[in-house]
Amino acid sequence: MATTAETTRRDFLYIATAAVGAVGAAATLWPLIHQMNPDASVLALASADVDLTPIAEGQIVTIKWRGKPVFISHRSQKEIEEARATPLAELPDPQPDQARVKEGHDQWLVQIGVCTHLGCVPLGHQGDYDGWFCPCHGSHYDTSGRIRKGPAPLNLEIPPYVFLSDTSVRIG
Amino acid sequence: MSGHGDFQPQNKYLQWFERRLPVLGLMHSSFVAYPTPRNLNYWWTFGGILTVMLMVQIVSGVVLVMHFTPTAAGAFDSVEHIMRDVNYGWLLRYIHANGGSMFFLAVYIHIFRGLYYGSYKEPREVLWILGVILFLLMMATAFMGYVLPWGQMSFWAATVITNLFSAIPLVGQSIVTWLWGGYAVDEPTLMRFFSLHYLLPFVIFGVVLLHVWALHVVGQNNPTGIDVKSDKDTVPFTPYATAKDNFALICFFILFAWFVFYIPNYLGHPDNYIPANPLQTPPHIVPEWYFLPFYAILRAIPSKLGGVVAMFASIAVLVFVPWLDTSKVRSARYRPLYKQFFWILLLTCIGLGYLGSKPPEGIYVISARILTAYYFLHFLVILPLLGFIENPKPLPASISESVLKKTKGGAPAAAGAVRSPDRNG
Repeated sequence: MATTAETTRRDFLYIATAAVGAVGAAATLWPLIHQMNPDASVLALASADVDLTPIAEGQIVTIKWRGKPVFISHRSQKEIEEARATPLAELPDPQPDQARVKEGHDQWLVQIGVCTHLGCVPLGHQGDYDGWFCPCHGSHYDTSGRIRKGPAPLNLEIPPYVFLSDTSVRIG
Repeated sequence: MSGHGDFQPQNKYLQWFERRLPVLGLMHSSFVAYPTPRNLNYWWTFGGILTVMLMVQIVSGVVLVMHFTPTAAGAFDSVEHIMRDVNYGWLLRYIHANGGSMFFLAVYIHIFRGLYYGSYKEPREVLWILGVILFLLMMATAFMGYVLPWGQMSFWAATVITNLFSAIPLVGQSIVTWLWGGYAVDEPTLMRFFSLHYLLPFVIFGVVLLHVWALHVVGQNNPTGIDVKSDKDTVPFTPYATAKDNFALICFFILFAWFVFYIPNYLGHPDNYIPANPLQTPPHIVPEWYFLPFYAILRAIPSKLGGVVAMFASIAVLVFVPWLDTSKVRSARYRPLYKQFFWILLLTCIGLGYLGSKPPEGIYVISARILTAYYFLHFLVILPLLGFIENPKPLPASISESVLKKTKGGAPAAAGAVRSPDRNG
């Protein structure tokens, strides 16, 4: 078999067989991998309507959306000013406070309550910046939910949401 | 697992069987006639202890599965059902839960034994790397098993550890979603972890067979680190090693039983007796004790990706130890400098474990950074340099000579070049 250096018909058959086999193996593997991705029932878009009237100024309410906590905080004027007075240059993930709320609803901060480090739920009204503090690995967020100190790389995520009225939001 | 030798069973039916499948000969040559160095000390009994612990975990795990429900709604209650209703359920669960800790205790002793006596050096590199693979498989299995009771610690351990993968640039978040089967840790996560937690021990068993095979190809290292040179250096595995292994195993099981019967929850966290709540992280979350050093390394680096990379690197560096250690001498007995650095490394790892259990603030973070830096310094700088600057003590001519010299009474060894080994194996 290996006596000739020329490319033979047999070499071609070996390569063709291996190639078909590799494609077949990959095609078989894909369903086995993809079955682990979120299924149809998880993907079915869930939205949550929240009535804001019972949330007092200074209060943070946690609701569940897509299996995750969402923080809805009714910020005081002092907290808003604190967030807006912070120079962007001091932030690891620079973002103005205005970009994190809906215009005209500056007191309402709606964010996904999952630390951007390793996914713990930060505690409200805590930490060095009066915002949130993650007990797992010590990340501090400010009153706008922006990362200030600690290992988390990003600000708390803002979910898609709309104000249905001044006192009601739909998340998702 | 070396040659089948000339083993012949006495019984003629067994002879008939042996001619068709020589499995008895294989067992005989591997675990009866197999020559082991005559100077092995008790640190060499942990391989056998680990094998038995793997069996304990598989047997207790298989019977626990008969009563466990792998659903988000049912898992926590079914574990309580095992504890309260199932006959001896409390015993089986405490054996399995504490068995995990005992397994890691034994594996850490086994690893540090290898580091002290240079068991990773030529020709045992593949044996050592198979060991590192076994260690990784054990960690994955233990982690997924810890998630199954679906308590608060289970849930948040699952969340934090799977989120490690989100540090990977670009594809990180997709990988995490894929691991979860959703947008948060939930029932799909629990069910796949259950499936894999059942599978991995059998994968471990397979790799253990390769580990033992590799061991029997190259032969065991020994406290002097020098090669076996003649029959005088060895004794048959049975009865010598079997008896010693069994005695050590019984002592180890006394410790194990003490945990199971007297302090079964000492190593666990009370928070894991609270059902999982996706909306509330416990105020202070820590992993099981055997992951604490790695957890400390993760938290020591003030960057998400950096912390994750350092944590995985702290294990990956072990793979390269056979080549990072440049010394020709295996055993720390004859390496005066390495011996000191070995103990410093051990203290560093224990210190990291302590820091991993503390909150991530102030002096704890700074200490963890210093110890993390030292951990890598040991493997990447000290170990390669020592081979060049260290002046090893003279080696004995053979294993038997080192043993016989030692037993010749308390007087210093006569004029010979060999100094008596520092510690009694």
